[in-house]
Amino acid sequence: MENIQTAGSQHHEPEFNTKPIWRTFWILLGITLVELVLATIHLKTGFPPKYVLNGVYLILTCAKAFYIIAEFMHLRHELKNLIMTIAVPATLFIWFIISFLYEGNSYKNLRNRYDRHHLEMSKEKAPAAEGEHEGHEPAAKKPGAAE
Amino acid sequence: MAHSVPAGQKWWSGGKSPFNVEYGKLMMWYFLMSDAFTFGAFLISYGSIRFATNGWPDPNEVFRAFPLMGDTHLPLVFVSLMTFILIMSSVTMVLAVAAGHQNDRKKVTFYMILTIIGGLMFLGCQAWEWTHLHSEGAWWGRNPFVNADGSAATTNFTNFFFTITGFHGFHVFSGVIINIIMLIKNLRGDFEKRGHYLMIEKAGLYWHFVDLVWVFVFTCFYLL
Repeated sequence: MENIQTAGSQHHEPEFNTKPIWRTFWILLGITLVELVLATIHLKTGFPPKYVLNGVYLILTCAKAFYIIAEFMHLRHELKNLIMTIAVPATLFIWFIISFLYEGNSYKNLRNRYDRHHLEMSKEKAPAAEGEHEGHEPAAKKPGAAE
Repeated sequence: MAHSVPAGQKWWSGGKSPFNVEYGKLMMWYFLMSDAFTFGAFLISYGSIRFATNGWPDPNEVFRAFPLMGDTHLPLVFVSLMTFILIMSSVTMVLAVAAGHQNDRKKVTFYMILTIIGGLMFLGCQAWEWTHLHSEGAWWGRNPFVNADGSAATTNFTNFFFTITGFHGFHVFSGVIINIIMLIKNLRGDFEKRGHYLMIEKAGLYWHFVDLVWVFVFTCFYLL
């Protein structure tokens, strides 16, 4: 493989033609647009409840990740053993995500139950002005007001 | 490649490449694995803190501005543009890799330049977004945004946002530098002399990884 190839020898690799690249691009763009449309519909009507939408976002994100890794990074066309050395350790993420989010949620619930002061404090409305930053309320934001 | 391995071949007894990839490319994959766990740790700690906190700012209220549009309410529009730029530059990167497979030096140069431009555009967008948020009073340790229910928010919101997008932006920046080095090497004809463009592929893997991380950052900070 170290030989010098002239431009004419055209070492042909059928799996690197540009058609799947563009198809992947359209898929990625389409998924992003679907996410945008869903988010906009939710903002306007509040129809798909947020927790349903979050699940949809996660699935669509994983789909995008799959297409980037499989097609752009070309992993799908590598040997199966190589794919497995990448894919098997990556499954640790499933445990990471579930356990850490569960842990965070449990911490919140326990703290709210045993530290009533914390719960009361977190329900209080934010003060109207916070020191130097007057324009901190999203509804009353003015450009360049903060500094 | 994947289908042409004869059954019963002794791959692991030496003399052959068991994964049928070049050493550097394999190591790039494993480096990206470790980097994925770094980003994963960041994003999961963000998620775990968010789950542990009573209120959280509404991203659609915080990230709603667009350059030169004044005080508008355009949630998700600017960040979608950033996503589009990054996906587009990923496409030009694959096209550069494909051109490398055809030993087409001119095309590699062309697509590498496009990829670098895409990376710089993304960095510019991020610089604008950071500047805008900073002008609204957001920074590490400072959070001018209130929670969705109007209660006071923690600075964890801005801390995580700036740390993670900053870490990602730094990856984009180093990716652009790597791509510039590859472009220079290609212009000098180094790869043509070598007979293959595997270095472009390795730089490409890194670049796609940056795109991959952005997909998750986009979901975690702007959508959820």
